[in-house]
Amino acid sequence: MSNKEWPLYEVFIRSKSGLSHRHAGSIHAADDQMALDHARDTYTRRSEGVSIWVVRSSQIVASDPAETAAFFEPAEDKIYRHPTFYEIPEGVENL
Amino acid sequence: MYTQGLDQKDKSAPQRDTLETPEQLEAFQARIDAEEKIEAKDWMPEAYRRTLVRQISQHAHSEIIGMQPEGNWLTRAPTLKRKAILLAKIQDEAGHGLYLYSAGETLGVSRDAMVGDLLTGKAKYSSIFNYPTLTWADIGAIGWLVDGAAIMNQIPLCRCSYGPYARAMVRICREESFHQRQGFDILRVLCEGTPEQKAMAQDALNRWWWPSLMMFGPNDADSKHSAQSMAWKIKRFSNDELRQKFVDVTVPQAEFLGLKVPDDDLVYDEKSGHYRFGEIDWQEFIEVIKGNGPCNRQRLGKRRKAHEDGEWVREAARAYAEKQAAKAAA
Repeated sequence: MSNKEWPLYEVFIRSKSGLSHRHAGSIHAADDQMALDHARDTYTRRSEGVSIWVVRSSQIVASDPAETAAFFEPAEDKIYRHPTFYEIPEGVENL
Repeated sequence: MYTQGLDQKDKSAPQRDTLETPEQLEAFQARIDAEEKIEAKDWMPEAYRRTLVRQISQHAHSEIIGMQPEGNWLTRAPTLKRKAILLAKIQDEAGHGLYLYSAGETLGVSRDAMVGDLLTGKAKYSSIFNYPTLTWADIGAIGWLVDGAAIMNQIPLCRCSYGPYARAMVRICREESFHQRQGFDILRVLCEGTPEQKAMAQDALNRWWWPSLMMFGPNDADSKHSAQSMAWKIKRFSNDELRQKFVDVTVPQAEFLGLKVPDDDLVYDEKSGHYRFGEIDWQEFIEVIKGNGPCNRQRLGKRRKAHEDGEWVREAARAYAEKQAAKAAA
């Protein structure tokens, strides 16, 4: 008999409708349904959620922290993307 | 609930430390000094990672073992209401253990490995859980004192430099004050009861007071590993500072209950605004940590048995999941 761990799942919880799901932590479960049950018992004992997503941790594709600078740098010199870049002449309103 | 100043010696030899350059270490410390949070996959010194794995896993083990002394009274709680509350509290402790194992796993150590270290006795858990719960009043004393001490320890951990640990602590601290209040409430009701009930509350305080003070760990002068943990902002206050804070807030609560703190040296120092208290029996602390407390063998024995008895359940769930997956694929 195999004696390996149940797979790891990441848990995301929507605390109330209108808000997006947010990472809460992780749990182990043998299958998807059990993952939902464990996530509920572990992370919503005080009604912290109205919706739960679980996803196998191994399925998540993440950016590499070591490459953070190179990965995100291209956005940094495009300050013209922000409205504060533009000068508004005196007297102009509702812009 | 229950972290402890369990900063014992790091026995494992430094492995990759030698490959760490001074520039890397400096850059890391600069991030810490700037109050930046360190996240799971970020570069970190091997010693920082090891310290966290040790602390987080021992913290998790404490939550799990901590269910036992309270579980002892589940079937004998005086009312259905008290039983429901205690059941909810114990379930919280299991949850806290799970949040913490989850945080520990982000450091690249498997849950099985952490649990394995608990079961073989390699990893420690808080010394407080090696004391027996002899009466119902002990359940009150655990909530009030042990959870109270844990809150003192844990609130600063919410600002710990390691993100996943800090976030787990925020969640835990939110749930902790229910634990402390239900404990105080148990003792308050006993203290307002018959003389025998009040004596029971006093007896519980007598037995839990000193072990609760020990939860903060050795005196600062004897706590060798604190300095590094402070520099890394894993720890924010020293053992003695936290212990003093705990005594200062708890003594007036004992007075409210009409109970006497079992320390003849306890006096209020007007000038400093702090209570001065007697010397802790450190020999007792060392013995309990070494495995010679009143319940060490029983606690670990029960945990091992529960783990072994649960193996067929884990295996059956695994087999069922594999079967379902195969069916779906066919």
